[in-house]
Amino acid sequence: MKKRYQAIATLLALCLVGLQAARAGSPANDAPTATSARVTGVVKFEGIVPKAIHINMAADPSCARQHPNGAASEDIVADSSGGLENVFVFISDGLGDRAFDPPQKPAVIEQKGCMYEPHVVAMQAHQKLDVVNADSTTHNIHPLPNNNREWNKSQPPGLPIEETFPREEVAIPVKCNVHPWMRSYIAVFKHPYFAVTGKDGSFDLKDLPPGTYTLEAWHEKLGTAIQKVTIGPSETKTVQFVFKGRPGA
Amino acid sequence: MKTGPNTLFLFTVMIATLTSGRAAAQNAGSGSGYPGPKDGLTDQEHRGQGLYRRYCVGCHGARGDGNGENAPYLDPKPRDFTQATFKCRSTPTGSLPLDSDLYDTISRGIHASGMPSWNPLTPEQRHELIAYIKTFSPRFREEQPGAPLPIPPEPPTSAESAKRGAELFQSMNCWSCHGKDGRGHGPSAMTLTDSKGYPITPFDLTSGTRFKCGASDRELFRDLMTGLDGTPMPSFADALKPDQIWDLVHYIQTIREGSKSASVENRTERKGN
Repeated sequence: MKKRYQAIATLLALCLVGLQAARAGSPANDAPTATSARVTGVVKFEGIVPKAIHINMAADPSCARQHPNGAASEDIVADSSGGLENVFVFISDGLGDRAFDPPQKPAVIEQKGCMYEPHVVAMQAHQKLDVVNADSTTHNIHPLPNNNREWNKSQPPGLPIEETFPREEVAIPVKCNVHPWMRSYIAVFKHPYFAVTGKDGSFDLKDLPPGTYTLEAWHEKLGTAIQKVTIGPSETKTVQFVFKGRPGA
Repeated sequence: MKTGPNTLFLFTVMIATLTSGRAAAQNAGSGSGYPGPKDGLTDQEHRGQGLYRRYCVGCHGARGDGNGENAPYLDPKPRDFTQATFKCRSTPTGSLPLDSDLYDTISRGIHASGMPSWNPLTPEQRHELIAYIKTFSPRFREEQPGAPLPIPPEPPTSAESAKRGAELFQSMNCWSCHGKDGRGHGPSAMTLTDSKGYPITPFDLTSGTRFKCGASDRELFRDLMTGLDGTPMPSFADALKPDQIWDLVHYIQTIREGSKSASVENRTERKGN
């Protein structure tokens, strides 16, 4: 009889250990550790960069006044060495079922000179998004998601708007219907391993747990590029993405 | 040790607990999108399905995605129920409508669109249709409808109120789509699309006809508060105070009524000729 109770106790203990192990995969933050790895690199545009399109803001003189030298579209922006700006670079697979709390600091999108600044925004699911109207005219901010809820709000000068997106989505087009030339993209991730390329096309993904990942680059006009990357503890790997333009574009 | 039935039972329970714990943990991290479509239908939804297949499927499609066989010929396009985005609501922009909002839409129809009034259906049938329409989007299982936006008592209509409304019509850039004179041909009008990318025309506020979601002052106030989701018409709930929205309502009704009176005068003149 005594042996039977011992067996039951052992099984119960095993059960508790098992539950603990199962919980380890449930929502929790993977804080950076001494073994955290890093992926840096650059996104290049190969070919002739299409000429930026001139934006006619005459419909709203308050917008036009802010661009005495004219305004240009930001569809494809590359520097002289082909560094491609405004590309989302992110881990699209390999993190398993790890879950991450959203950062406290809100993401910000500003309407300035009747353009979006920054042109594209990357944020984490459930992170707050501050929408700022720094212009003297009224905008409406209208995201058009597929995997999140659509909303559409009028925003006169100075009125703060705070919103959030609960689900991962790359990328949500954002419009101002009042000023039809205004278009932005917001990418929402369920983890913090994402970046937006700077003016020289560079990106930096820090504090990654060592592992094998699918790394993806997404551009609003040029589409998606994917590559696999394996990084060991404390390792830094450099990768390059190349988007090719149409010949003669 | 002999393994008795009790020990075997306990062991089975433990394995089951472990398995479910692991499954729960896996599910917790993997849910980036909406879950799959609903499997079984309740009796009410099932009756609604029968009505839907008889009356609605031609425009809204068997999958509820707005791609029925009549859809190519309709402008604006039929609602895509899988997105759960509805124009006529009492709830804030981005939130689900109340059942009563859907009931009102089915009953009233949507003016200036292919959606007729379904008043010939009994109230019970309309509720059955609502129950079925809600099965097309998992949002109705995951989220609660928004709280209805309050509509305060309407202040008296006056020339001053309509004048303030006219100023707001300009400063809030309503003219950008609806035009300086409200005729729907503002500078942005030709660029507008609905949320599925189909071209959409701003409402001609001077047409003298009723608005999409009802013609009363209260209904117009509600439309300005909620916006018409799925279209470029935004919500002004955060942007304007209730009194200002009433001013806008009074101005819009003034140009609508003005147009109606003008057309009556024209008709009278024509009759006289």
